[in-house]
Amino acid sequence: MTELERHQYDVVVIGAGGAGLRAAIEAREQGKRTAIVCKSLFGKAHTVMAEGGCAAAMGNANSNDNWQVHYRDTMRGGKFLNNWRMAELHAQEAPDRVWELETYGALFDRTPDGRISQRNFGGHSYPRLAHVGDRTGLELIRTLQQKIVSLQQEDFQATGDYEANLKVYAECTITELLKDGDAISGAFGYWRESGRFILFDAPAVILATGGVGKSFKVTSNSWEYTGDGHALAMRAGATLINMEFIQFHPTGMVWPPSVKGILVTESVRGDGGVLRNSEGKRFMFDYVPDVFRAQYADTEEEADRWYKDADNNRRPPELLPRDEVARAINSEVKAGRGTPHGGVFLDVSTRLPAEEIKRRLPSMHHQFKELADVDITAEPMEVGPTCHYVMGGVEVDPDTASSVVPGLFAAGEVAGGMHGSNRLGGNSLSDLLVFGRRAGMGAAMYLDSLGANRPKISEADVDAAAAEALAPFELEGGENPYTIHQELQQSMNDLVGIIRKAEEMEQALSRLAEFRGRIAKMTVEGHRQFNPGWHLALDLRNMLTVSECVAKAALEREESRGGHTRDDFPGMDAEWRKLLLVCRLNADGSVDVTKKDQIPMRDDLLELFELDELKKYLTEEELPA
Amino acid sequence: MTYKGKFRVWRGDAEGGDLQDYEVEVNEGEVVLDVIHRLQATQTPDLAVRWNCKAGKCGSCSAEINGKPKLMCMCRMNTFAEDEVVTVTPMRTFPVLRDLVTDVSFNYTKAREVPAFTPPADLKPGEYRMQQVDVERSQEFRKCIECFLCQDTCHVIRDHEENKESFSGPRFLMRIAELDMHPLDAADRQKAAQEEHGLGFCNITKCCTEVCPEHIKITDNALIPMKERVADRKYDPIVWLGNKIRRRA
Ligand SMILES: Cc1cc2nc3c(=O)[nH]c(=O)nc-3n(C[C@H](O)[C@H](O)[C@H](O)COP(=O)(O)OP(=O)(O)OC[C@H]3O[C@@H](n4cnc5c(N)ncnc54)[C@H](O)[C@@H]3O)c2cc1C
Ligand code: SF4
Ligand code: SF4
Ligand code: FES
Repeated sequence: MTELERHQYDVVVIGAGGAGLRAAIEAREQGKRTAIVCKSLFGKAHTVMAEGGCAAAMGNANSNDNWQVHYRDTMRGGKFLNNWRMAELHAQEAPDRVWELETYGALFDRTPDGRISQRNFGGHSYPRLAHVGDRTGLELIRTLQQKIVSLQQEDFQATGDYEANLKVYAECTITELLKDGDAISGAFGYWRESGRFILFDAPAVILATGGVGKSFKVTSNSWEYTGDGHALAMRAGATLINMEFIQFHPTGMVWPPSVKGILVTESVRGDGGVLRNSEGKRFMFDYVPDVFRAQYADTEEEADRWYKDADNNRRPPELLPRDEVARAINSEVKAGRGTPHGGVFLDVSTRLPAEEIKRRLPSMHHQFKELADVDITAEPMEVGPTCHYVMGGVEVDPDTASSVVPGLFAAGEVAGGMHGSNRLGGNSLSDLLVFGRRAGMGAAMYLDSLGANRPKISEADVDAAAAEALAPFELEGGENPYTIHQELQQSMNDLVGIIRKAEEMEQALSRLAEFRGRIAKMTVEGHRQFNPGWHLALDLRNMLTVSECVAKAALEREESRGGHTRDDFPGMDAEWRKLLLVCRLNADGSVDVTKKDQIPMRDDLLELFELDELKKYLTEEELPA
Repeated sequence: MTYKGKFRVWRGDAEGGDLQDYEVEVNEGEVVLDVIHRLQATQTPDLAVRWNCKAGKCGSCSAEINGKPKLMCMCRMNTFAEDEVVTVTPMRTFPVLRDLVTDVSFNYTKAREVPAFTPPADLKPGEYRMQQVDVERSQEFRKCIECFLCQDTCHVIRDHEENKESFSGPRFLMRIAELDMHPLDAADRQKAAQEEHGLGFCNITKCCTEVCPEHIKITDNALIPMKERVADRKYDPIVWLGNKIRRRA
């Protein structure tokens, strides 16, 4: 029998970002004993990096805003591929989730009348993003972290033990989910510090592990983003959807090379920044697609007037959804109109006074000064696309966040459907709160329905998980995981990147098959104690599975939509809108992709759109009579 | 622009360890963390280091570089001469786990001892009204990325294990100030700051402020005002002493 520490919980939440923390708060408030497990220290999850804001139609900055408008914007942003029920719940519940944060102690920036201030962002019709300067994610995560602490303080008052009902297991990585028959029975992992194994015996597991960006070379994502949750879910028998849709954020840093990919927040454009090519031209006016013509300005004059008078002017094209802007930048650079380091110019220095820039965009000012020796109040930034967000994820029930596996839930970036083919900026932070809470509720309901039938841990499965985790130590003379990781990132970047072609994706798939062989023969040096080489070796398996999903689904979808652009199928095709590509794991570990019909949108939601707009996305038969 | 940099990195664990020398490639625009990663990828795959965002936002990569508490991801290599030896050691105030990784649980323990935000009883969610000028004071403190460099540098605990019990450190004294200055927090925090969190230990040397990567004016804007708020209630000899020390310096 494997030597390990064992813990019993009602709910185990994997991930301590916004989604995981909100889920844990809910589960604990529903009276369930809850553990939170995360790979880094408490309070460091990826959510901390979010800058621009959290979208919620509170209507503080423009009283015309409401959930219906937010819903429409979200569906347009995702090119109507979104799970409409998720988009509906999200738009309806986001304001309550943001207000609730104030009761936990959050301090958002204010409007003159003392309410939460809201800012403009790409694809949102009104100023909608609650924010704190450009460090909104930090505020969100710290607020939730402090709420967790306050619940622990309540438990301390009641029991004398802070951790009686809610405990954080930080720097602990889950490597396998365990099942009893069809249902989840627990999770297996290791402490990063000691390398020792840990077992959670729990009938409900909530995945909140975030995204997959570390499979790409140029990315705004941190080392945590190795797609663990996506892969864990698949190994447990759950399905993923929309994996072909990867968001390349249009503005990542391009220079110096060591910071290539680090994000430049969209707030720069929301607050007036403009994009120019090497000829000094504001090129975005040339890239407004037909579906968006009605909402976007065609002259610089109108675009500039919009910042002051949004009701009577159309929006600047710099604020088109991210997929459009990223493709436009890509085309400008390809056409030879890029900057010296292969990006385009993003300029706010000629648009706002220096003091205003420092006040509104303090971390961007700091980031460029410290990392690139660029003073953004005096000169333009150089920016280019960077892999940022995965729209695809675990297929879930919108209301309860349950996957197809009983006892397995998913929320946040690891869940799929909400954002369709392209996420709007600011819609992730709100997604974390809305569906984090729903996952906590869903898990609590599931537990209540179980009664005395608690699934059991199989010792044989535990032994197998332990053997699998130790496998990289067994071999000698194999390759170093860092080398394989770099090659994997390069392949995904070059072959399944922002613009895709069938031959390249086929090439990617054959390379992935080759990596699979190499990963099986990897060697790690040293001991189990805090050994990053070993950690990477284990994460690589997950990255490989996820990359295979992305490449296979992308090859299958023969159209261009949102975060999936095919050079060989440049148009959007209404027939494809009705279809989801579902990824499952085969017994041999390879990925299987199948088509599945989307559920048609409810009539009252369809009625929120003009017929002319629906015609751009839906097939004849789907249109309302 | 590429050159061979000389690095001296502390390797070891709770049992002990020493500085080890490395020669490693350095390229234009890189930061110390890039070079540490190159060491991992090419020479020492098991070199332990914490990091996440590589953009100065998460506060994971704290260490001491040539003796100064810093974020490795925000410390640019062009601040050193090419032939200069760059020495990287773990934060000294916290017990070493391995190599550059320390046990920072002290901070989480202290965080838990600060009573949480106490919402006003008469306001429902959505009814909070606060002016920007009034939230700005606490917002400055909420920029904190919990890198714990201020905790590392504060002399009250840096070489004084015995003070850790009764002193929460600048980060968490600032947290108390943040809540005290929150326009809608309903709790009284001043007495506890002094009696339970050791505000009196702080003799306003400002070392914490100097190392804060977020440039938060910890001492001037949080600790001193907090001391004044406490002193308004009770005569505090350390404020007096602190002022004297400052005047002498
Ligand atoms: C630079 C940047 C800026 C952004 N700005 C915005 C913005 O302004 N607005 C917006 O809405 N969105 C923004 N986003 C997107 C948004 O921040 C993320 O999508 C969101 O934070 C994801 O949150 P999450 O809760 O799903 O996961 P995360 O916050 O990423 O947390 C994942 C958690 O899972 C844990 N984990 C992962 N694998 C394992 C495992 N195997 N075992 C144990 N734990 C594990 C991790 O340790 C971590 O705690 C931004 C993203 C980036 C990168
Ligand atoms: S000012 Fe106070 S808290 Fe800061 S380093 Fe000096 S003694 Fe410590
Ligand atoms: S106050 Fe500054 S130095 Fe201290 S933990 Fe926060 S960010 Fe770090
Ligand atoms: S890695 Fe996040 S602050 Fe350095």
